[in-house]
Amino acid sequence: MDIQQAKFEYLLRLGDSSLIIGHRLSEWCGHGPILEEDIALINIALDFVGNANSLLTYAAQVEGKNRTADDLAYLRNERDYRNLLLTELPNGDYAYTLARQFLYDVYTFYLYEALKNSKDDTIAAIAVKSHKEITYHLRHTTEWIYRLGDGTAESHQRLQTAFNDIWMYVPDLFDMDAVDQLLINEGIAVDLDSIKNSWNKRVNEVILEATLLIPTTAIKQKGSREGKHSEHLGFLLAEMQCIARSYPGARW
Amino acid sequence: MNTKIHTKEEIFNILSEIPDPEIPVINIFDLGILRDIILDDMICTVLITPTYSGCPAMKVIEDDIKIKLNEIGISNIKVELVYSPAWTTDWLNDSAKEKLRIYGIAPPNHSSIDKGLLMGKVRELNCPQCGSLNTNIISQFGSTACKALYRCNNCLEPFDYFKCF
Repeated sequence: MDIQQAKFEYLLRLGDSSLIIGHRLSEWCGHGPILEEDIALINIALDFVGNANSLLTYAAQVEGKNRTADDLAYLRNERDYRNLLLTELPNGDYAYTLARQFLYDVYTFYLYEALKNSKDDTIAAIAVKSHKEITYHLRHTTEWIYRLGDGTAESHQRLQTAFNDIWMYVPDLFDMDAVDQLLINEGIAVDLDSIKNSWNKRVNEVILEATLLIPTTAIKQKGSREGKHSEHLGFLLAEMQCIARSYPGARW
Repeated sequence: MNTKIHTKEEIFNILSEIPDPEIPVINIFDLGILRDIILDDMICTVLITPTYSGCPAMKVIEDDIKIKLNEIGISNIKVELVYSPAWTTDWLNDSAKEKLRIYGIAPPNHSSIDKGLLMGKVRELNCPQCGSLNTNIISQFGSTACKALYRCNNCLEPFDYFKCF
């Protein structure tokens, strides 16, 4: 594998995660528990889709096969998608959505902070922009973890259940392979081991402050690096891609 | 060739008139979106820097640039997005901030990365309507992703705050 191929893979991992979680959040449009939260989630979704657009546009350029960001988003199947498993999980109730979002926001906060130093100028520039937005996302989600965890008996129980259920998808966040190794040596990618401690520290702090318990599980779900996804991604892509696939080449 | 009819400076001035689609009192020059114009024999390339990742107004601004250039006889146009240096609210000059305030939007009042707000400290903002400091935040996310929603407890009007990026 050469550097260009590795970079293409790496950009898909970053871009696909943003696209899929952006899509999940957009499913809340018109269904939020209160108006301000409906608006908040949609705005956050927009940040993610914009970030995905930048990354997938660059990925298509790096691939050099004349594909566009739209081709990558709408015409690939599950096995070609590289998003983190956490991002494709269904929204569930509001606690579930926020638990998933919180773990992902802490992750992207440290990941993009490190990506600002990437030797690839485009990745670094995208990271500088996105990191500012991620900081707002993280503040928003953290506040809600406190409110719901240290809230009523019902909100506390729902949030605890959510964290317990999704904890098995955490190992997938920090999984690394030959692609990472090659790009880490080039100074392009981030060594995920280096952000694991920060992630653990911040997540533990907030969960405990919210009077919740840190979940434990023996199950470790992984596989997104090879395109091995949960049963959820297929349904998501069917909905996301159906218009583009039904009317090939259509233009607004 | 059409691109030789106008100078780079003329084109820059004409494009500077393009208003922000959401906040029509400020233009893309005020916002620091319009970065540069490159003219050669065949094509006029306009460089713009996106404000935040998902800003949907960028597409509209791109279209407006093409329309404006077509109006003055330039048809071979390329609009290019330049990501680096990253756009920041620091690029809004004082006149732009004043225009925002008059329009009813509280301008970003700190250098980018509004650290106080992010670390949980309460941001003290003057209501753009009545000037009172007796205001509080309703939500980090307002009518657009670049704005937060506030309420004035004095005149009881809501207002948007342009967040620091």
